[in-house]
Order: sequence, then structure tokens, then C-alpha cells
Amino acid sequence: MKKIDNSEQHAHLTTPTRLTGAEIVWATLAGEGVTDVFGYPGGAILPVYDALRKFPIHHVLVRHEQGASHMADGYARASGKVGVAMATSGPGATNLITGIATAMLDSIPIVCITGNVSSKVLGTDAFQEVDITGITLPVTKHNFLVNRTEDIAPAIRSAFQIAQSGRPGPVLVDITKDAQQGTAVFDFAAAKPRAYRPHPMLRVEDSGLAQAAELIRNAKRPIILGGHGISESGAMEQVRTLAERAQIPVALTLLGLGAFPASHPLNMGMMGMHGEAWVNHAIQEADLLIACGMRFDDRVTGSTSTYSLKSKKIHIEVDPAEINKNIKVDVALVGDLREVLEQLLPRISGRDGSAWLKTIDASKGVASVRDIKNLPDLGHLYAAHVIHDIWRITGGNAIVVTDVGQHQMWEAQYFHHEHPRSLVTSGGLGTMGFALPAAIGAKFACPEKEVWVVAGDGGFQMTAAELSTIVQEKIKINIAIINNGFLGMVRQWQQFFYDSNYEATPLISPDFVKLADAHGIAGRAVRTRPEVESAVNEARSASGTFLLNFLVEKEESVYPMIPAGASLHEMIRRPGKDPLLETPDDN
Amino acid sequence: MLHTFVAYVEDLPGVLTRVASLFRRLNININSLTVGRSERPGLSRLTLVCEASAEAGNRIRASLYKLENVVDVDDIAKDPAVTRELALIKISATPRNRSQIFDLVEVFRARIVDLTSESLMIEMTGVESKIEGLIEVLREDDGRILEICRSGKMTMRRGHHTSRVLKAMDAGGEEATEEDVDPVASLEERVTGESE
Repeated sequence: MKKIDNSEQHAHLTTPTRLTGAEIVWATLAGEGVTDVFGYPGGAILPVYDALRKFPIHHVLVRHEQGASHMADGYARASGKVGVAMATSGPGATNLITGIATAMLDSIPIVCITGNVSSKVLGTDAFQEVDITGITLPVTKHNFLVNRTEDIAPAIRSAFQIAQSGRPGPVLVDITKDAQQGTAVFDFAAAKPRAYRPHPMLRVEDSGLAQAAELIRNAKRPIILGGHGISESGAMEQVRTLAERAQIPVALTLLGLGAFPASHPLNMGMMGMHGEAWVNHAIQEADLLIACGMRFDDRVTGSTSTYSLKSKKIHIEVDPAEINKNIKVDVALVGDLREVLEQLLPRISGRDGSAWLKTIDASKGVASVRDIKNLPDLGHLYAAHVIHDIWRITGGNAIVVTDVGQHQMWEAQYFHHEHPRSLVTSGGLGTMGFALPAAIGAKFACPEKEVWVVAGDGGFQMTAAELSTIVQEKIKINIAIINNGFLGMVRQWQQFFYDSNYEATPLISPDFVKLADAHGIAGRAVRTRPEVESAVNEARSASGTFLLNFLVEKEESVYPMIPAGASLHEMIRRPGKDPLLETPDDN
Repeated sequence: MLHTFVAYVEDLPGVLTRVASLFRRLNININSLTVGRSERPGLSRLTLVCEASAEAGNRIRASLYKLENVVDVDDIAKDPAVTRELALIKISATPRNRSQIFDLVEVFRARIVDLTSESLMIEMTGVESKIEGLIEVLREDDGRILEICRSGKMTMRRGHHTSRVLKAMDAGGEEATEEDVDPVASLEERVTGESE
């Protein structure tokens, strides 16, 4: 990461100056505090790249534009700041889309800047022309087509405001080549967007707060459902205070992991499809759910018609369009989670929750006995053991960036996150190929942090070209490939729901260690459990990026599991007895 | 149920696409959509009618507000409002059978706005059922109707109603508190369609 002296650049920001559109792009980004941009040049964005050398911004050359949008995403998730991706028109722009949709589904603030053909030929099917604002309309929070130089700075500044405000999300700014080449007076202050207007349907009323407090006071079996909104809003302390003061256990969504410490006695862990049966059972038995910054996603609720029918529900949520969308709630407090909890907490007094906590504790039974992390390896290498060992050895202090599939769920189950933003994972869109580029973005956001990629052999190959980016940028991350020779999660579904017809899921992969070596990256294959610790330590102590290829059991499945669309209490249990439904008291 | 949304949107290219795309994404068919200038410079006013469940109204309105170019959204639902539609109907009519049409136009309080030796054009403004009534009568004679052009519905609340969002905007909206700009009854009232 090059150090750039930016002392003289501030002149642009304080004194209105005539600049080219290309220069305005960088000057505005610098003014917004951007230090790193992930991108790929091309014809329609060349003027912008030509102006880069004059500005204090580091550009990371990706190997595929999907990598750029994922890196911007990983940067944003790890830091809480806006990530920036850049691409040319046409295929450059369309390659960004998977990353944009990933950010949209998980409410991640990124700004994507694309070049487009000159405004004179817009709409003529010119070379590398594509209607990227039209294409990305449903997967961006907003987008801009800019064809006048003087509109560039206001558009980019608005993009930053929109990306971060309310419920965050991706914004795309498409700038025609002639707008980049033209000149205009750049006045950073004057380009400031009008004051952010909160969604007019935000509503936190005294009566709602009183009702919520009353429900909490009278609840016998309450549970806090914590989601991504906790870290997005920065409400970790407030949620913790609520839980501790009222003695309410906390279950988390996948994206909520880390927002409430895993080691906290009130933490129940992850809910939903691959949550523990006793967690889901407690949700079904609860008489009050306090949903904090989560959206009752189908992976969390299972069948909505049988979801937690005995409970009243309080929904604290920043997006009014989420209220009553999936699950009908009794009290909606529509606003920023931290602000709402600040208002609610004075009304919450100490409460004795011990009976319910005891019930939950008893319902865990000996489910943990059959939990693979507590079982001996018997000479096998299980993915769950590998991930649990990485957690143990790193002391849980790393940022873990996962791909999508079985390893992602094992990570969620066996890597215990204590801190927000320590798990970076694609929850909503479930984007395979996310891990490697997102980890590069996370490393740029937090250069001092230990960053681990945990990816499957399938997803890793989708974006493996970004290994070159790692080498070119001389960054250090650790890569753990959980290699089972299958598209494991799909294979698992085939096993459970398609009579073990393993169609198109067995997978031949390159020798990942040799692949790493070809890039100049060190690596090592790991075949047995006793090697895991030394391998993880070797990776951590290596000065550069290190790849570990864990050749794990081929046909392991993630347990327990709610089949898609089934009820929360109808889980497929861990093997050990008959493959029956798992209930909390079922040993 | 039938929802009627009245929205103020920025008068910019692509804004209508964003509104339409939202309904496409929600898989809701738009029954009627009219757009035109409003009393506010730079803002268009649209009336959008669609069929959706009673509970969906709140979410549609909230989703419309999430579009950056949408300034104000009102769900008229069952509240007292005036709804009008404009229709232009061209029919074949010769001097021989014209007088019969003239009588009809009189009864329906419509107007003749164009007249040639072979055809005439009727302009009619009114509620949907009235326009449907005229068309139905005209259809009794096969082949008489040559063209129909209908505007779709335009709706305005009765009484001295102005959105608090717009009021706040006029007052220099920036400083308006959330309470000031909140134009809606509680979620519960919205769902049941009770007025504010």
C-alpha cells in the first residue's frame, strides 16, 4: 500500500478550482475521505484513470470487476466506511453487478463508479455501451447517469450520502466520457447534497415505547433476535444493556454474529436454518420476540405460518418497508436501532428472567454431546474441527471472510465471534466467490488485523484470479480452503431432498497449493487433524499470504437443519440415532 | 383491495421507470397511472391505482418513499376523495344518426369536441362508472366506436388536506422534526384503512 503525500491536495477542497471531470471524480472521492479504490480500467473510464496520479488515492487493480465490487463490499463491512469500486462501460459495468446485488441484499454502503460512452452516442449501441443505470436499477439503492461535468461532484456526494444513510446500500454513478473530459469549476462544499431527509414513515412514539416496555415487563419467555442492524447502527452496547438489565437471552442471525459477544452468558448463538435446535425451539416457545435490526428472513423463520405463534413481537427496524413484510408484529418502533433503544432503555427495569433461562438451559439437554466439535476425529479431518481449531488458535481475534455453502455454516457454528465486523459473509444473496475478493477489501480496511478467508473448493475457484491482486498489492491474508471435492451444500440438499442424486456436484479442482505457488503464494495441504495446528500457525507466522488446502471428509453435512419451507421446530437432527426430527430434549 | 397512491415525484428522466419498476418487482399490476405537472415547480404529481392486499398498502407506500426521487406519497385508500377520469371517444356518425348521439351526450353531460361528416369525438370527464356507462350505451351499436382514449384516474383528497411532508418542505423541511413530517396514521390504522 503506497503512502501518498496529500498535503497539497486539500487546496482543491477548500478553494473552488476549474478541473476536468476526471479530476473532479478523484477530488470528490478524496473529499469524501476515500483512500482506496478497487477497479479495472477501460476505454470509457480512461480519462479518470489518467487523472489518478494527481490524487492521494490508492487504486487496487482487480482481475475481474466482480472482484472490485466484492472488495468494496468487504472494505465497507470490515470498516463501516463506504467502499468504492470503479469499472469501465459495458462488460466492465455488468461484471460489477453480482457484487452490487450482494451489497444490496445485505445493506452494505458501497459506491460504484462506471464510465460510459459519450453522451452524444448514448443509446446508439456504441462500442461497449450498456444501459447500466437501467440494469442496476433493482439492485441499487439509487443510481445516477451523469452526462455533464458540473454534475459529477454533486452526484458522487449524493451517492455517498445515500449509501450510508437510513438503511445503507449500494449506489452507482455512471459518468459519460465527455463529462469526464469536460471542465467545470469544482467546489466541494457547494456540491454538498441537501440535508438528508429521513424516511417520512419513521415512527417511534411514546405509546409504542410504553407498549414495548410493558410487553418486556410482563414477558415470561422473551428472546431478543439480533440482526445486522446492531452493527450497522452501532447499537452493541444498547442491545447488551437491554439483555442484561431485563435478563433476556439473545439469538442472532448470520449477519448479526459478533454484534453480541459469543461468550456472553445470555448469547444463544445463531437462529434459523442451521441454528441449534434448542435455539429455534425456544423461539417457537417464546411469548415475546424483540427483533432488533433484523428482517425475519426466510432462512431465519422457516415456514412463516408456523413461526413463533405464541409470541407477541416488537420490531425495531430502520426500514419501514420491513414492518409486517414477512411476520406480522404487535409493536413497530421504526427508527435507528441505537436511537430507539436509547429511548426505550430508561423504561426498562431489572427483571428476573432466571426461570426462562433455566428452561432454555435444560432444553439444551445433551444436544452438544453429538455436536461434532465435541467428538473425536477418529482419524478423519472434519471441516467443523478445522474451523473450530482456527478459532481456538487465533483466539477468535481474526476477521473471517467466508464464501457461501457448508463451510459458511460451519464457520457460523464453530467460530465464535466476540466483536462486530469480525465476520464478513454474504448472507442475503449467498454469493459464491465472495470470500477472496471481500477479504482483500477487508484487509485494506483493517491492515493491522489478521484476516482469514474460509472458502469451499467450489466458491474459491469462482474468483481465484484475485490471488494475483494479492501478490501485486503485497498484502497478507490467510486462506483456508475447505476442500471436500463437492459443491458441498448442494450435495447435502441432493442427499436429503433428491435421493442422493449427486448431479453436477462432484468437482475436480486444481492442486490449490500449486495454484498458489504459481502466483508466488506459499501454501500447504492438510490431510489430518494433528497437522491443523501447525499448519494454521505456519500460515499466521508467514510474512506473506498463505494458503491452506484442507482436504476434509467428502460427504459431511451441516447439522442440524430446517428443510427450506419447513417449520422452525422440524429440524433434521444430527446423526447418531435415527435420522429423525431433532427436538431440544431429544438426546 | 384497490389502492390509490398519490405521489409527488421529481420531474427527471427515469423517475417513472423507478416507480413502475417497484410495482414490477412486487409483481403488482398497475391498473391506472396518470402523471402531470403539480403546483410545485420541478415536481410531478402522479395517481397510481393498483390491486393489492390491504396489508400491502403500507409496504408499497414505504417502498415508494425509499425511492430517492419520490418526495411525498399518500395512500388514499377509503378516505373521502374526488376521483375523475377523462375519456375521448371517437365514433362513426353520419348526419343521419347524429342527433341520437347528441341526445346521449346531453344525458351523460359529455361534450362533442370534433365533428366531421363521418365521425365525431366525445369528451367526457367523470368517475369510472359513468364513463363505462356511456361506452356501454355506445357499444350497443356494433362498429360505432372507432377509438377510445382514457386518461386513467386522477385523485385528490377532499377537504383542506395537504401533506405534512410537503408542508415541512415549504417551511424549509431541513429543520422539520420527524413528528412534523410524519403524515400517517399509525400502522394499524393504515392497514385497516381508517382515516387520520
